[in-house]
Amino acid sequence: MLRSISRTSQRSLARSTIPLRSFATEAIDPQGPSFGLSEDQQAFQQLARDFTAKEITPVAAEYDRSMKFPWPIVKSAHATGLMNLHIPEEYGGAGLSVFSSALISEEIGYGCTGVSTVLEANGLASAPVIVAGNEQQKKKYLGRLTEEPLIAAYCVTEPSAGSDVAAIATKAVKEGDEYVLNGSKLWITGGGVADWFFVLAVTDASAKPNKRLTGFIVDAKSSGITVDSKLLNMGQRCSDTRPITFENVRVPAENRLGGEGDGFKIAMQAFDITRPLVGAGAVGLAQRALAEAARYAQERKTFGVPIIQHQAVSTMLAEMAIGAESARAMVWRAACAKDANDPRRTYYASISKNLAGQTAVKNSSMAVQVYGGAGFNEEFPVAKLYRDAHIFTLYEGTHQIQNIVIGRQVAKDFAV
Amino acid sequence: MRPTAPSWLKVLVPIKRTVDYAVKIRVGANGVETAGVKHSLNPFCEIAVEEAVRLRERHKKDIENITVVTIGPPKAADVLRTALAMGADSAIHVEVKDGVIVEPLAVARALKAIVGEEKPDIVLMGKQAIDDDASQTGGMLAGMLSWPQANFASKIELDVAGKSVKVAREIDGGLETLSMDLPAVVTTDLRLNEPRYASLPNIMKAKKKPLKKLKPEDLKVDFSPRLETVKVEAPPARKGGAKVESVDEVVAKLKEAGVL
Repeated sequence: MLRSISRTSQRSLARSTIPLRSFATEAIDPQGPSFGLSEDQQAFQQLARDFTAKEITPVAAEYDRSMKFPWPIVKSAHATGLMNLHIPEEYGGAGLSVFSSALISEEIGYGCTGVSTVLEANGLASAPVIVAGNEQQKKKYLGRLTEEPLIAAYCVTEPSAGSDVAAIATKAVKEGDEYVLNGSKLWITGGGVADWFFVLAVTDASAKPNKRLTGFIVDAKSSGITVDSKLLNMGQRCSDTRPITFENVRVPAENRLGGEGDGFKIAMQAFDITRPLVGAGAVGLAQRALAEAARYAQERKTFGVPIIQHQAVSTMLAEMAIGAESARAMVWRAACAKDANDPRRTYYASISKNLAGQTAVKNSSMAVQVYGGAGFNEEFPVAKLYRDAHIFTLYEGTHQIQNIVIGRQVAKDFAV
Repeated sequence: MRPTAPSWLKVLVPIKRTVDYAVKIRVGANGVETAGVKHSLNPFCEIAVEEAVRLRERHKKDIENITVVTIGPPKAADVLRTALAMGADSAIHVEVKDGVIVEPLAVARALKAIVGEEKPDIVLMGKQAIDDDASQTGGMLAGMLSWPQANFASKIELDVAGKSVKVAREIDGGLETLSMDLPAVVTTDLRLNEPRYASLPNIMKAKKKPLKKLKPEDLKVDFSPRLETVKVEAPPARKGGAKVESVDEVVAKLKEAGVL
């Protein structure tokens, strides 16, 4: 029969939302809200879906076990154009909108969020360069990423400064036309495989918190950089996460992003791009958990019927669907806000990241529950989802930090 | 001495938009439900497009142009874009109204008219569409054109200089190899190749490639269906099977059913 039918890991394609009959007499306003995808976006989504089904899903469990860095997938994703999505076309990227990138991130996250984090790390590290880099910096460092399958890493977190970015202790001292970096970074995604780093360091310790920091592009080959061994984490195990130490690392002043003291602002602006995309990865995971649970619930029988016919189980699946659909809608909203440069983009980005992260945790947990004892077993796909999900409420700003961002906006909106 | 005319070849690849193979088909009151259902390029057509692109990769300068053509509703332009993103150069869309059924005979007639215009040296198409499962269009077209045909191809070797093609085809007992003069019609089987996916930059470039729209009237071809579909029913539901505990039990059950 059809060989292609054997590609079973392909996710079944949801029916689209085209209404069969519109009861409104008014024509749809082309300027108004739309939940439809353009022809291009449908093609991007389909490409990412096919790529995931063929090259990620079948090997995800193996990479989870071996914890090896998925170089073959990186190379293949790079060749297919599924990396460095929002790098502008002038620098060899696809120049996609955050919205289009989010469609792709969700599809890849559906296959394995360890892999999506690996691919996304480039987006995170290049975002500050896109936001604040000058022509020369963009050409050199973004161009490198698009020419070859290379990894870049975002180095902000330190052993004692994560959420509290202003507490960063790594120092950059200007000497002639160079800066000398000293300090250590922790939990750096792609740290051991990166070609260059975005590093946030203190240039003026006496300044106000949002003026103390400066961002730099640092070549990974610079002398004085020590990359420690890979950290063993609960989930997303094929992603490379490491501590990095900078000891008298000399960085040419031309590698400074923006002006001195602009670092905090640059790092925060980058989040407007990356948070919806991290959210999209979480939606992919939440959707996968739903798909796996829904399939299993129709095959597994207890008390003479498939368990989906037990109302308690059916309700769980409904809750999971509500979570995945609403998180996706919010990710789309946040991505559109960034693409339109909406002044509320940061607020929406935080909401989308929180909702999607929470949903990933909830759905993966419920999927384990639907699977019963099998869910606790690593031979089945849901245990990995459960382990992978938790990072989504931690990295790129914890759940609590997002709530602070959201809370501030609420206080402004309803100022008394 | 006059220089010999360049022996450039033109490839025409007729393709079809069908309900995606991964979709679980549902039968409704008016036949198979297609509204709001995911459609994509028929898998056999995808193989034909891939083969055309590979032929060009193998015979770089000898293939002048790969044109894809589809006959279908406005949405069928999607599959043309897919084919262009895979590597085709230009596309022709014969646009029919939504819901209009175009039978293989009408498709073959339309393709004949297009072949008259485009003058391809080889028509490469899928062996069948996964929706109507007719497997007729290629044969009909070859008949109308009086061209040789090789169906169910699993290997295609083009001899550009000799203007011929050698095709290994899947037959019941194994493989059969044919050699034919061009122009010819070749239909593709599953084993021919593994289609590539269109890379993201190619998807974006495909937008800029030419897509010509035609109406059935432009081709002066009669599209009216010759067959009337009386009804479409879902296959009878299978009765749920049972799991057995041992081999002996399987054998006993099979004997009971008179199979053994």
